[in-house]
Amino acid sequence: MAEKILMKGNEAIAISAIRNGVDGYFGYPITPQSEVMETLMKEKPWETTGMTVLQAESELSSINMVYGGASCGKKVMTSSSSPGISLMCEGISYIAGAELPCVIVDVMRGGPGLGTIQPSQSDYFQAVKGGGHGDYHCIVLAPAYAQDMYDFVDWGFELAFKYRNPVMILADGIIGQLMEKVELHPAKPRRTAEEILEAAPWATTGKPAGRARNIITSLSLDANTQEDFNRKLLAKYDAIRESEVKYSEYLTDDAEYVFVAFGCSARICEAATDILREEGIKAGLIRPITLFPFPEKEISRLAGRVKSMMSIELSLGQMVEDVRLAADGQCPVGFYGRQGGNIYTPEEIVSEFKKFNNLK
Amino acid sequence: MKEEIIIAGFGGQGVLSMGKILAYSAIMQDLEVTWMPSYGPEMRGGTANVCVIISDRKISSPIITKYDTAIILNQQSMDKFEEKVKPGGLLVYDPSGITRFPVRKDITICSIDAIEVAAEIGNAKVYNMAVLGAYLKMRRALRMENVVKGLEKSIPARYSDLIQKNREAIEKGMERVMITSETE
Repeated sequence: MAEKILMKGNEAIAISAIRNGVDGYFGYPITPQSEVMETLMKEKPWETTGMTVLQAESELSSINMVYGGASCGKKVMTSSSSPGISLMCEGISYIAGAELPCVIVDVMRGGPGLGTIQPSQSDYFQAVKGGGHGDYHCIVLAPAYAQDMYDFVDWGFELAFKYRNPVMILADGIIGQLMEKVELHPAKPRRTAEEILEAAPWATTGKPAGRARNIITSLSLDANTQEDFNRKLLAKYDAIRESEVKYSEYLTDDAEYVFVAFGCSARICEAATDILREEGIKAGLIRPITLFPFPEKEISRLAGRVKSMMSIELSLGQMVEDVRLAADGQCPVGFYGRQGGNIYTPEEIVSEFKKFNNLK
Repeated sequence: MKEEIIIAGFGGQGVLSMGKILAYSAIMQDLEVTWMPSYGPEMRGGTANVCVIISDRKISSPIITKYDTAIILNQQSMDKFEEKVKPGGLLVYDPSGITRFPVRKDITICSIDAIEVAAEIGNAKVYNMAVLGAYLKMRRALRMENVVKGLEKSIPARYSDLIQKNREAIEKGMERVMITSETE
């Protein structure tokens, strides 16, 4: 039987990195995700797996260390919270432009600016729509349980290497700070030099005779070359949209009303759905687990047969734009959000749901 | 089975670690659990509280407004959480931190003089385990063997002598808990 441990979501990220053979973590402390690096420092993986853990002098530095490590085909990652991710956005754009795999964890707090240290989901736009410049996408995974924090590190690296693309784990202060039971899967060793050559033949690992040089760059001054590259990226993003969408549904089979929510909000909406069901109102929930790619087909399908949908987010309303695009006018799409680190209760969501749908 | 518990008191009373040991004990009994520390501005005022949910099913919302059980260790927490216990629920408190005693008639109320237990054992740090013992006696949701395993998981091996003292405090807490008011 797999070992079951009580741990915080942030601790789960760190333990998972060690147990899944990550080569390097580069970060800079910021609330509410500081336990990621604290746990790594306490576990001292450099003495066991040989993993490098380094506190950089800033977020700019840590993301560029990730850029360097990824160029060599290593499994490298960083974590931060909202203001720190803003500082990293230039580096993330370069990593996307150089088509490099890495995992970036964002444990969101309220903004804009320094904002608050309390939980928020107001960086959906930043994570899903870019953040940095240029036509690029990160693959964005939205954990809702401490177990997800553990599992998504491995899943994230799998996707990152499959598509040569940065993956962002978009968590929030609640999932980072709460403790839950986490089941540890069998550990994977770090890749050997031979395994790196196999997993990342494009990496700059030293040029053997008879092979052209591998070049890692995001610069291309010729318009046609750059356009070809942009179209190649588009083809990659389309392949990701086609194959990697993940979501979960709760009581949607006979639902007349559907909540759309991710992360901690999905769990609160699940409780709200239970309250409404007890009152005889046929509510349901769809939780996007990947935010890019977004489960647009599934939301469109539901929108075609329900009375309304409601996007529930700890923001002023960001994902709701994608829900409306997917619903495409087939049903009304409402929104309710809280900000500033305040968190809605299931009862509050029930009450807002009834207001929106004119139900008693 | 689902039990939603709030544990509230001052920082330093062992509120968060009591919640952690309770949560770990539940895991040892193969239950689902969520441990969620206070995330409001009140954490700045010196009070500490943690919400622990134990269930035999996957837990949805970690944010809740009503509790099956409130474990209350100071007056501020009594003022805030007495009214948030569900009808038919349980309130456990330590009278030494209280100036206004609980008045609800639709819940079971019991008290535990945990300071006295800690003094008898000769270690102030086991105060919170005496309170936990009182709760475990009243609710009987967790078996003692699993609570001991939970203790072992939560306390580093180098402090193994503390495990015995904590266990003693839990057992004394179970003996000393007094029901002061039952559901009418």
